Amino acid sequence: MVALVIVAHSAKLAEGVRELAAQMTQGRVPIFAAGGVDDDILGTNAERIRAALEAALASGEQVLVLMDLGSALLSTRMAIDLLPEEQRPRVRLSQAPLVEGAVVAAVEASIGKDVDEIEASAVEAARMPKVV
Amino acid sequence: MPLTQEAVRAWLQRCAAVLEENRDYLTQLDAAIGDADHGVNMDRGFKAAMARLASLNAPDIGSVFKTVGMTLVATVGGAGGPLYGTFFLQLGVKTANKQELTPHDWAEALEAAINGVIARGQARPGDKTMVDALLPALEAYKAALQEGASFAEALARSAAAAEEGMKATIPMIAKKGRASYLGERSAGHQDPGATSSYLLLQAAAETWADAA
Repeated sequence: MVALVIVAHSAKLAEGVRELAAQMTQGRVPIFAAGGVDDDILGTNAERIRAALEAALASGEQVLVLMDLGSALLSTRMAIDLLPEEQRPRVRLSQAPLVEGAVVAAVEASIGKDVDEIEASAVEAARMPKVV
Repeated sequence: MPLTQEAVRAWLQRCAAVLEENRDYLTQLDAAIGDADHGVNMDRGFKAAMARLASLNAPDIGSVFKTVGMTLVATVGGAGGPLYGTFFLQLGVKTANKQELTPHDWAEALEAAINGVIARGQARPGDKTMVDALLPALEAYKAALQEGASFAEALARSAAAAEEGMKATIPMIAKKGRASYLGERSAGHQDPGATSSYLLLQAAAETWADAA
């Protein structure tokens, strides 16, 4: 099973994306939110992300991290460096857009796809026509 | 006289004070080309670091720097969190188990810290980032030591080079971070990260002005 971590500048945004993706999968996929510097301050927090990664690593063999913008990437890379070295290869960063990517990744993870397949589908989600 | 842990703590206190004084200035710089939070972020991060240091009975200088680095990654919020966090964590790695720092120790620590920032952010000189202040500062510091300058003189030249590097970011087009979304419109504005880097090195030159 692949677990997901949602990194965003706002705790509410990360939690909202987690909620949306979880709704699609009725709790079958472990999804952890790591948003904000804290619950009130916008930004990213490598410590918070590390804690979410540890929780995800405890419940999935591999972890896919979906991020919003800006410092989300740097903070996530920092968080990975704070993990024990042998765990780092189990974490993969997604190129996918946050909302569409998280929803698609959760669905794919729930049917037992591996992390490469999940990432490919999540990235593809960016190209799905929104206005039809 | 080498730097003691007390001198290192005095520098960090000065950094916190200078970042508080320049909070609005840094935020204004960031408002022009970023998300208008760099001053607030750095002030919050250093205040949190000072609070943690106040109750830390550190066995060596490395522990002081590591505590600052770990606090910054969890409290700054923007790219400054992982970047300055890495800067201070790397200072901590190079000063682990040290009770004092010689001018040469500082050169090694600063070099590791700056290399850490470059590895973390993948920025090159000219990308309009912290690196544009930090790298010239490191080179000036090492050159000064080679010419036989005193510790204080080398620190002063390092800060002067950081200031020049900071000013040189004004015409640059940002290649990294939020500012890069602006493309050519980022030109004409001084980089906030290069500015905070200059402030920290200037604080070192001021705090350690009696270092020999």
